[in-house]
Amino acid sequence: MNVDVLENLMTMVSELVLTRNQLLQILRSNAESEFTTPLQRLNHVVSDLQEGVMKTRMQPIGNAWQKLPRIIRDLSMELGKKIDLDMRGADTELDRQVLEMIKDPLTHMVRNSGDHGIEKPADRVKAGKPETGRIMLEAFHEGGHILIKISDDGKGLALEKIKQKILSNGLATQEELQGMSVQQIQQYIFKAGFSTAEKVTSVSGRGVGMDVVRTNIEKIGGSIEMNSVEGKGSVFTIKIPLTLAIVSALIVEAAGERFAIPQLSVRELVMISTQGDNRIEYVHNAPVFRLRERLLPLISLGDVLKLREESDADQGLITRGYIVVTQVGSFEFGIIVDKVFDTEEIVVKPVSKLLQGLSLFSGNTILGDGSVIMILDPNGIAETTGTLAEADREESEQAGNIPDSHKKTSLLLFRAADSAPKAVPLALVARLENVRLDKIERSGGQMMVQYRDTLMPLIPYHESMEIGSTGEKPVLVFAERNRSLGLIVDQIIDITEQYVDIQISASRPGLLGSAIINGKATDVMDLAYFLASIDKDWFKDHGDEDFVTAADLSNKNRRRSILLIDDSLFFRNMLTPLLSVAGYDVTTLESPLQALKLCEDGAHFDVIISDIEMPEMDGFEFAQRVRDNSRWQNVPMVALSSHATPQDIDRGRKVGFNDYVAKFDRDTLLNSLSETVANARMAERASKATARG
Amino acid sequence: MKAENAHQTSKTLEYLTILIDDQKFGIPVLQIQDVLREQKVTRIPLASPEVAGSLNLRGRIVTAIDVRKRLNVKIDPSKRSMSVVVEYNQELYSLIIDKVGDVLSLDQNRIEKNPGTLDSKWRDISDGVCQLDSELLIIMDVPRLLDSIQARAS
Repeated sequence: MNVDVLENLMTMVSELVLTRNQLLQILRSNAESEFTTPLQRLNHVVSDLQEGVMKTRMQPIGNAWQKLPRIIRDLSMELGKKIDLDMRGADTELDRQVLEMIKDPLTHMVRNSGDHGIEKPADRVKAGKPETGRIMLEAFHEGGHILIKISDDGKGLALEKIKQKILSNGLATQEELQGMSVQQIQQYIFKAGFSTAEKVTSVSGRGVGMDVVRTNIEKIGGSIEMNSVEGKGSVFTIKIPLTLAIVSALIVEAAGERFAIPQLSVRELVMISTQGDNRIEYVHNAPVFRLRERLLPLISLGDVLKLREESDADQGLITRGYIVVTQVGSFEFGIIVDKVFDTEEIVVKPVSKLLQGLSLFSGNTILGDGSVIMILDPNGIAETTGTLAEADREESEQAGNIPDSHKKTSLLLFRAADSAPKAVPLALVARLENVRLDKIERSGGQMMVQYRDTLMPLIPYHESMEIGSTGEKPVLVFAERNRSLGLIVDQIIDITEQYVDIQISASRPGLLGSAIINGKATDVMDLAYFLASIDKDWFKDHGDEDFVTAADLSNKNRRRSILLIDDSLFFRNMLTPLLSVAGYDVTTLESPLQALKLCEDGAHFDVIISDIEMPEMDGFEFAQRVRDNSRWQNVPMVALSSHATPQDIDRGRKVGFNDYVAKFDRDTLLNSLSETVANARMAERASKATARG
Repeated sequence: MKAENAHQTSKTLEYLTILIDDQKFGIPVLQIQDVLREQKVTRIPLASPEVAGSLNLRGRIVTAIDVRKRLNVKIDPSKRSMSVVVEYNQELYSLIIDKVGDVLSLDQNRIEKNPGTLDSKWRDISDGVCQLDSELLIIMDVPRLLDSIQARAS
């Protein structure tokens, strides 16, 4: 059956639902109406009709699982594990749109279970478990929702490691942790801050990318929970709605205009008063609210929508109204509104093309009383505050947006020696580690630690730092090839993206200077100083490449630019941090068509990574077009695909890809990238040499 | 009206005349879905100034565009406005104007090119000028009008 016809039918039924709601609302105001009985019947018929039409949009979830057995098979061969994948309830049906959105997160999670959950056969036998690990994927209906469970009988989550990470990332204090249940602590792996640091850690765990998974699932109004018993295995439970077409929304009013806020992102409502606990306070003109000991940033809806005259806004102090406590990802904030009405079931309709530039609205709808109302997008509102998880920010970056020369730099913030925050460009940091102090060995005044089967020299950030002999300290690992250097610090604070503008030049060796970061004076570290303080040959005896130093930051030629093309937002979010940590400037695009346009526009990249399976034009065709006759015909290209059979690889090479990498294989991807870039450079040099000769 | 139109030769088209700041405009009748009196609209914050808001027309959401703001003419608040509803790219737009006049049949040959001296804001949405007995009629290019607003919004 034609999909368009169905879509159309669906829209009309949604309209019918709206009209029914309208009628029911009128009926409510005059109870003794002769219309009561026929309207009740209409109500039932419409509900049945809605259900019936919804069914036609349904697809079995098994469609999203098709590739999983192969992924697990490849994985078990690659890692030398034995894994059984058991899939149940593949015929459970859900909305096509929802299916599309959960496909990638599901794949990632199953892969994660195999990679990090299931142990090697020998370890399993030692733990008294059967040699073959088991991953079970289950889907079933439950009260208007679909539940998907991914369980494995692997090693589970190491609670202690999570606790340490929570502490070292400053997400909670020791006391808070003691008051938490095991379950509560485990949920931290979904926090954005948690996995941000995780992305540069080698202690690989379930946390990698889990915040991205959670964001994706929450975007469609679902939720994810996990339960894990150390040594026994983990269970992830995803709960998602059957459909996205009808949502429940809270109707609010600001400056005389009504707006709808999707109920999903509303946590609670607070009434504002002039006195006592429910008072709004100000931190230098910025309104805040104390919500159970936490400081909630507030946004006045009237102000962000510019509904108030400037002079009104100046009058400042807000004494009446309500705070809608809203959550976007892990970021909580309050929206100040004047009035709060009922919640209503609404059909979200896209806004007119004329209004699509407005990021504060996700759609519009017709209410029961017949009036049109704009639906607010909490993501868009949160963005106006400038504090959002990185993943969200990247998403909002328009395709084709080439970073200009004055670019933001990702900085890792940490504390060491004194209380002032310090910063180092994240691109220079290879990993974050916690080093046990009793493992530190000293030889000839140099601290060393055994790290990945080699000795890694350690230096404290400052001589005055006291390095004890028990406990752990965070260490920033700087690496080039297989040599590393560890810098001992006291605490990792955060990762932030900033324009670095060094305002005060260095007064002390070891510093490049000071910059204002997040409103605080921050010391920007000079890595070269620390490198010089250890044996100079440490990094030099390996190849002709010099170690990247902070001074190279200004030298744009050193940071390789990468173009990443993948139709899945999920993978774009997943790979971008990985690649930027590896020292690349990443530009992401959704489709090869956009890329070809960018090529015509004269953009330049050092290497191109392209997905293979994409809707408008697949990766093979894209490579062919690039190789055929374009400005990029000599730019190295790496293919990225979820199935990498020898035939695929062969075809990839034929159409012009320099390398072909499986989508989930980070290390190979990074190795392949640096090799590809290096080879291309050598070829370039060689050709120049020939030209000269 | 439609039945009548089918008998017309290809050279004549019917235009609904509308009035903006005492200037007559013509819109091809076939593009028009509806004519409305002044309606209550829902304001859309942060949208371009000529977007007056949105309204519900028999269950469909219509974006209201104040053509007078687009053309930069005076708006007399004491007089009630009217609007004509057009469909473009499967979306409905209500064009707010001062008044709706009658329907004219115009021979296409009578429509001349825009005079070169026309204000650029006006030239953007004008598809030509037709000499009537006592006045001039500007043919309004609705798709271009809407495109120009969208281009500025994004």
